[in-house]
This record gives sequence, C-alpha cells and structure tokens, in this order.
Amino acid sequence: MATIQVDIVSAEGEIHSGEARMVYAPALLGEVGIAPRHAPMLTPLKPGEVRVEDTEGEEHYYFISGGLLEVQPHLVTVLADTAMRGDQLDEATALAAQEAAEKAMEGTMAETDFARAQQELAEARARYLAAKKLKGRGKRKK
Amino acid sequence: MPGEKEIRSKIGSVKNMQKITSAMEKVAASKIRKAQAQMEASRPYADRIRRVIGHLAYANPDYKHPFLNERETKRVGLIIISTDRGLCGGLNVNLFKRAITEMAEWDGNGIEVDLALVGAKAVQFFRRLGGRVVGTVTHLGDKPSMNDLIGAIKIMLDSYSEGNIDRLYVLHNEFISAMSQQPKLVKLLPANGIAEDREELQANWDYIYEPDASELLDDVLMRYIESQVYRGTVENFACEMAAKMVAMKSATDNAGEIIDKLQLQYNKARQAAITQEISEIVGGAAAVQE
Repeated sequence: MATIQVDIVSAEGEIHSGEARMVYAPALLGEVGIAPRHAPMLTPLKPGEVRVEDTEGEEHYYFISGGLLEVQPHLVTVLADTAMRGDQLDEATALAAQEAAEKAMEGTMAETDFARAQQELAEARARYLAAKKLKGRGKRKK
Repeated sequence: MPGEKEIRSKIGSVKNMQKITSAMEKVAASKIRKAQAQMEASRPYADRIRRVIGHLAYANPDYKHPFLNERETKRVGLIIISTDRGLCGGLNVNLFKRAITEMAEWDGNGIEVDLALVGAKAVQFFRRLGGRVVGTVTHLGDKPSMNDLIGAIKIMLDSYSEGNIDRLYVLHNEFISAMSQQPKLVKLLPANGIAEDREELQANWDYIYEPDASELLDDVLMRYIESQVYRGTVENFACEMAAKMVAMKSATDNAGEIIDKLQLQYNKARQAAITQEISEIVGGAAAVQE
C-alpha cells in the first residue's frame, strides 16, 4: 500500500515525523485530506487539528495554531506556527514591543553618541583584559 | 597583621562566594546542552522554509516580492540580540562593540539606523548612549519563545514594507564552541540570496496555490525571517551560557587562590601567636627561677 512521509515541524522543534496513509489538515479554504501521490500544493493553515493516519491505521492528532502546508507526491510538510497569530494579535504584540521601547528609552537622545560608546567599550574591554592578566600573574606565583 | 579570627571569617565568606560561583558554573554547563538542542531543533523548519521560498521564487519569475528586491539604502534596521543577565565575561561588550562599529560606519555614509533590541543588556546600553529604538523585548528566560519575539520583528517588517528601512540585519553571538563565541551580523532583508539556490528545482512542476502565490510568498517570507531571528536568539542564549560557564569557572579558580593566600596568612598569624605565648611562658619561668 502506498504511503506518504509526513513531517510536522515548528520553529521550536520537530513535532511529528513518519509514514502515513492519509493526512487531514485545516487549510485556509477548508479542510483538506492528502493521500499519497497528491499533486504538489502549498496553502496556509488555519488554527485547528492536523490528523495523521499512520500505516498501522492509528490516528494521531495535533493541534496547531496555524501555519503552512506543503505537499509533494511523497512528502507532506506542515510548517506549524508556534505562536498564536492573527492580524490583531500580531498588531498587539508589535504595539507592546514598541511601548516597551518608548518606556525604556524615555528621556534619551535619538542619536547614538558614538564617541562615548567607543570610549566606554574600550574601557570595559581594558578592564576585562586587566582582570585576565592579573589572574595569570597569580597563577605563576603559585 | 589581622587577627586569627578576622582571617577565619574572611576565608569563610570567600568560601561561600566560591560555592555560589561553582554552582552557577554547573548550572550554565547543563543549560548549554539544552540550548544547543534547541538550536538543532529549529534547523529543519528553516531548511524547509528556505526550500519552499526557493521554489516559489523560481516558479514565479515574473512576480518580485518587495522582500526580495534590492533598493537604494537610506536607512537600515538592526535587530540586536543580547543577554538579559550579566556575569558572562566579555560577551555583550564584544557584541556592542561590533554594533557600534557597524553603526558608525553606516552613520559615516549618511545611513540612519533603526534599532530593535532583544535582551535587557542591550536596552541598558542604548538607554545610556541613545539611539532610535523602535522596539524592545526583554526577559525571555531560559527557553526563548517565538511568541515573545514576533512583536519586535513585525515592527521591522512593517517598517520595511512601508519603505522606512531599506535593509534589515540581525546581530547576535555565534556559537563556535563552548570556549569561543563571536558576534555575527546577518542580512535578513532583502532576502535575495535565499532564492538563488536552484539545484533541485530543475524539475518542471509547480504547486497548486491556495489562495494565490503572492500572498503565500508573503506568509512564507515573514515566517522565514521570524525563524532566523528565533534561531539567533536561541544561539545567543547558548553563547551566554557558555560564556557564563567560563567566567564562573575562572571566578571559582580565583576564589580558590584567594583562599590559599588567606590560609597561609592565617597559619602565620597562628604560628606567631603560639611563638609569642611560648616565649612569654619561658620568660616567666626564667624570672621565677632567678
């Protein structure tokens, strides 16, 4: 019996990998069922359930919060999102990051003071090297 | 010379410090492994996505997504990934030095820089020195999650789409080995490099797209960039732990040296006290005999 390789991966790690008879996924335009030798296809996924029917006939369920589905004749890849998405949600997180920046940078200048930065970094570096040297000397005495 | 008791309490407090630094060293050592595993885990996703992008770009040569287009650079976006906590040697200092060098060079060419900062140390640094910071993310913890990062990345991507910035870079530490880490600057946008690998794309077939190719490309590219930044964050965390392990190891060694020195001082003080006591007794006995 024909089977199809199914990989479900997210940016934070692999979720599922194995041979299967059939895969069902919540595509943007409605649920799709992928059998072996399906035509190549690419579609975004809605939040929902990915169902994998493995070679033993057993079903595995995975909840995904969205992502992409790539289909090749013998290979199905689900690129799952790890984060909850959605335009409004994304907007909100972006806004939060922006507000955090505004709060953190309150009262500072928009121009970076390169001269001061370089001087400070040189100092920090010198301190670090001096500490290292001191350590070496201690060892030699011993 | 300080008394015996004083030296003894000094030795005690140095020993306590040594216990802490050696515990921190061991914690960092165990976290390196986890962080490295996380780094590995993010690879298949990025590889897959890169392949899809390559294919999309190849299959649709007439459609040029703005993310893939090179344009004249007037302003760049820079995402700097630093650590949240200190006690990790020169890791952050080296990173900031690289950042300042690049920024000064852009500045010299009349290119402005927008910053997005990840990690409390970068926020502290630029708070002191100023800069156009458009987004910050701090306190990611031991297991950085995509959820925390997308906000700052979205700001940059939107800014690029609107034409505010013409290039996007990410700067983080590269994990070369547990002993060696180096700042690494990666260009994220325009992402024209990733679509050029066409080796296995010779086959004459195309996907069925639902809904359509351009929208999909948008989605795919966004996720690709997010995964790159995520990877950078995880890698930087591995670097932080490695640098911390080395720093804490040398702190533990130094504490050992100080303890040895103090022990020597303590022995001398004790010896001196005994000698004095004996000479007093002998002196006293001699006086009685006379």
